[in-house]
Amino acid sequence: MRYSAFRVIAEALTGHRGWTPVWRDPEPQADYDYIIIGGGGHGLATAYYLAKEFGQSRIAVLEKGYLGGGNVGRNTTIIRSNYLLDGNEPFYEFSMKLWEGLEQDFNYNAMVSQRGIINLIHSDAQRDAFTRRGNAMILNGADAELLDRDKVRAMYPWLNFDNARFPIKGALMQRRGGTVRHDAVAWGYARGADMRGVDLIQNCEVTGMRIEGGRILGVETTRGYIGARKVGVAVAGSSSKVMAHAGMRLPIESHVLQAFVSEGLKPFIDGVMTFGAGHFYVSQSDKGGLVFGGDIDGYNSYAQRGNLPVIEDVAEGGMALMPAIGRARLLRTWGGIMDMSMDGSPIIDRTPVDGLYFNGGWCYGGFKATPASGWCFAHLLARDEPHPTARAYRFDRFLRGLMIDEKGQGATPNLH
Amino acid sequence: MIINHPILGPRDAQEFVYLGDASLMNRPDGMSDGIEAFHDYLYNRDNPAGAHRELWYHEQGDRSWLVVTRNTVTHEILKVELARDVASKAGRGK
Repeated sequence: MRYSAFRVIAEALTGHRGWTPVWRDPEPQADYDYIIIGGGGHGLATAYYLAKEFGQSRIAVLEKGYLGGGNVGRNTTIIRSNYLLDGNEPFYEFSMKLWEGLEQDFNYNAMVSQRGIINLIHSDAQRDAFTRRGNAMILNGADAELLDRDKVRAMYPWLNFDNARFPIKGALMQRRGGTVRHDAVAWGYARGADMRGVDLIQNCEVTGMRIEGGRILGVETTRGYIGARKVGVAVAGSSSKVMAHAGMRLPIESHVLQAFVSEGLKPFIDGVMTFGAGHFYVSQSDKGGLVFGGDIDGYNSYAQRGNLPVIEDVAEGGMALMPAIGRARLLRTWGGIMDMSMDGSPIIDRTPVDGLYFNGGWCYGGFKATPASGWCFAHLLARDEPHPTARAYRFDRFLRGLMIDEKGQGATPNLH
Repeated sequence: MIINHPILGPRDAQEFVYLGDASLMNRPDGMSDGIEAFHDYLYNRDNPAGAHRELWYHEQGDRSWLVVTRNTVTHEILKVELARDVASKAGRGK
């Protein structure tokens, strides 16, 4: 069923009896050409683009829980393409362009809102660094704008501009950045994939991989063995667990990242904002809640909840930047499990096992990458060669000294 | 999280700095073991869901390194040892 304004009116006049389930709930077949492990944003996008853009069929997505129940349902919904390095920026800008056409493409309202993102500047050195980043963005076809202090003040007069330690001196702005209704991204991709014949199989956890002679034959699941010509793994957060079935150790640690929503407030933040002197980022949802977050807790974790010290730290960052939120009450906090890679950048690559492909290591920047991640992974699965914008996301970059280290901090799993 | 320090007793995890998997104590010889072994040591991790042996440094305390065995699914701390004792049991150091 195609959604349109006409359809909504027609259904309203006929008692809404014509709506049908958005996707099927099929039994797994004995074998497929492509199995995507992971029914989150990236896995569903991969299946969607495999079918739609690369003309492939006989595709299944295996999800251990329910569709979109992992990190695509647990993030702070920000999209942006404000990276510095050549390995990253073309990829994220490709993703941004896909976001811009996404709703028309998959005929689903994902509430893509290009409300603009600003990264605040608090020192002259930071202004230099952000100017350089802005230039890199422009060179790669993205938009970037340096705002002076007065322009930021005109946007958000109530920020703490004259903080003695961290005065606000301006901002780097990307007007095309913004937010997206995160669950709707998963639902839109799921529906689009299902309409093109992809089997979305839920409650189906992969418990093993059948590998013979260095080639993958299929996967063992809680719903039986399923054969496959090619298997793509897109399970960020659980990557090490799933790839252990293929005997692989990854350059990844799993960490918990917390996010927060305040009670509903009247509109006062109309874009996305990041604090440049501490780790704090915030936007306001359409329901009025402030959606914000900060650092990971900092220790290996598979628990989808964090501890209080980071909540205190994030709240301090918020109070330093915008004292006005001091009396707003925190409504909810939750945690998601991040694939923290060793250089803060993702991996989309083949593995030493023929027919087994990997997509992961998204750290805590995976949501904005969803469309390009799906597209590039589908490209790799269908054509056996990397998409031009994802060439740098290789496993062997650590061995070859070609890390994509946005922060310039060296090997540590605590980077973005 | 409360870490039960073998010498100082229960201490808040906030007093510590986290480093990662305790296998980081077993650094290969960069000259003789080869680049592959060192690459594996530096970048790759087991990253288990469940019991995980990991290094914590008591920066705000006695500056000792601890090997903490912690369940990464529940955050429950199962065992705390001085890294020094772990190393000497393994025949390392003096």
